[in-house]
Amino acid sequence: MLSPTLITVALAAAMIGALAGVLGSFLVLRGQSLLGDVIAHASLPGVVAAFLISGGRGFFAILAGALIAGALAGLSVQALRRGAGVKPDAALGVVLSLFFAAGVVLLTLAQTRGGSAGLTVFLFGQAASVLRADLLPMALVGGGVLVVLALFWKEFQFLAFDPEGARAQGLPVARLEVLLTLLIAVTIVLGLTLAGVVLMVALLIAPAVAARQWVRGLAPMVWLAALFGALAGTGGAVISAVGQGVATGPVMVLAAVGLAALSLLLAPERGILARRNRQAQAKKALRGRQVLAALGGLGADHANPGYAGDQAMLDAYLGTDAGPVLARLQRQGYVLPASLAPETGARRWELTEAGRQRLEAPDA
Amino acid sequence: MNTLHEPHIACHVEDLTVSYRERPVLWDIDLDIPPGVMAAVVGPNGAGKSTLIKAILGLVPPVAGHVRVFGQPVAQARRRIAYVPQRQSVDWDFPATVRDVVLMGLYGKLGWLRRPGRVEKAKAQAALEQVGMQDYAARPISQLSGGQQQRVFIARALVQEADLLFLDEPMAGVDAVTEAAIVALLKAQRDAGRTVVVVHHDLQTVARYFDWLVMLNQRIIAQGPVAEVYTEANLRAAYGGQLALIGALRLGDDA
Repeated sequence: MLSPTLITVALAAAMIGALAGVLGSFLVLRGQSLLGDVIAHASLPGVVAAFLISGGRGFFAILAGALIAGALAGLSVQALRRGAGVKPDAALGVVLSLFFAAGVVLLTLAQTRGGSAGLTVFLFGQAASVLRADLLPMALVGGGVLVVLALFWKEFQFLAFDPEGARAQGLPVARLEVLLTLLIAVTIVLGLTLAGVVLMVALLIAPAVAARQWVRGLAPMVWLAALFGALAGTGGAVISAVGQGVATGPVMVLAAVGLAALSLLLAPERGILARRNRQAQAKKALRGRQVLAALGGLGADHANPGYAGDQAMLDAYLGTDAGPVLARLQRQGYVLPASLAPETGARRWELTEAGRQRLEAPDA
Repeated sequence: MNTLHEPHIACHVEDLTVSYRERPVLWDIDLDIPPGVMAAVVGPNGAGKSTLIKAILGLVPPVAGHVRVFGQPVAQARRRIAYVPQRQSVDWDFPATVRDVVLMGLYGKLGWLRRPGRVEKAKAQAALEQVGMQDYAARPISQLSGGQQQRVFIARALVQEADLLFLDEPMAGVDAVTEAAIVALLKAQRDAGRTVVVVHHDLQTVARYFDWLVMLNQRIIAQGPVAEVYTEANLRAAYGGQLALIGALRLGDDA
């Protein structure tokens, strides 16, 4: 089972997964995930054109073609936004479809001419097409991306958090943005043979989303995103090898998204379960006295001791669902559902005489 | 070309005009802020207060006019300027600690390739002490309240040890205690000889907090010492239709 092909594919998938996780962190934090998708889709016509011109799947030719197409797509988005006043998401959506459609048309034209059987690889990726000879250039280019990222680490951090603040300190923010986008584009091109233009964006975003859940700083997030990406990569490669003929790229994506889903659910501070748990504990800790005091306070604010407080207001003020405690207080005779029937249909509560006395009584 | 233009003025603005999509937002601004004052920029919503600060800092391209800070173009005076943007302009869910954010104040000075080290961390800690946030250095910024976020942003500006500070609505949406602390802090900066320029929204407190006033409504309505500028005629010119409100304010101040 541990064939040399599998080792090659697993290594490549781990490298690409890690690299995509690292660069994807910046996309996610800057709210530019869609830009990653546009660059990936837009690279298709460039890749096909490079293939037709150079007559092969040479790494650097493909890279150059994809970068040129990506740059053209970027300029088109700018032109639509600045020149024609199209909203950013619409501009991104239009350019993505335009370039992808152009790529598919080129692809079909190339296929009718024959001799370009390997090209559909770039649509959804085909891990088995990664050759051992590809590993070294992949590692070198990927390593180069990481070195540049490390050199400009603090600038990229500042840019991601507060671009205006960075500009106010004289950092060349526009140029740094171009550089960061270039690094992301190179990463995308490296991953195309594995994941393809359609799914590549998931490898950028899913590990970053997963990593964000567990950390408090940017450096830990980037390291963890790299780890998640590498895990999803090798996991995808192994799973697809076991399940004969299952495409590696999509399995990688499924693994990465699975990690993201688990992280969103389980992370200790930010996870959905942790939040639920905090809310439940707040609910449990809520004391009848707090609810009575809030109701009394509302009455005092309205200069009306018989004021009927809206339950939703109480929930908001107390930060949790006050319903169970109100029900208990009603059984104890301290509060009553308000008799007035407001047109809103809101549930209102008023203090009974016993409730007011309970509120004024010193702590028992 | 190297001679200084108006070097004795902290911030000198001449003929500054900014327009968005063929509509002027700021028109023919001539502005001089002397060194050592604590100045408020006030004006109604849409008067261009934030845009004025951003245009001075070169964050928004002007269509005309020029800016000098202590006689130098802003690009050459960056080390002498600190800027506190509006708190809401960034995502506070960003994965960073309080210390990380304050250290960003030193990134411009550090230059390329250098990482903040022990000296920088000590400076950041000192700045956090100034704003009373020394115990929060390792906290993730996502856990801060609005007032704490504002203090962290101010600490990031203080750590730059700049001569000229611009703050965009630092008192917006913070509690009364934090507001008092921020004002005391800024006054201390002014008393140390620095120049502080604050976009402010609360006319009630202008006279108490500031000693210099710039009244703006796309054009400069008035500028100068607060006592001279804070007049009903100027307020009428700047705020127009909201006069009833202003009448109440004047009475409230006199009482």
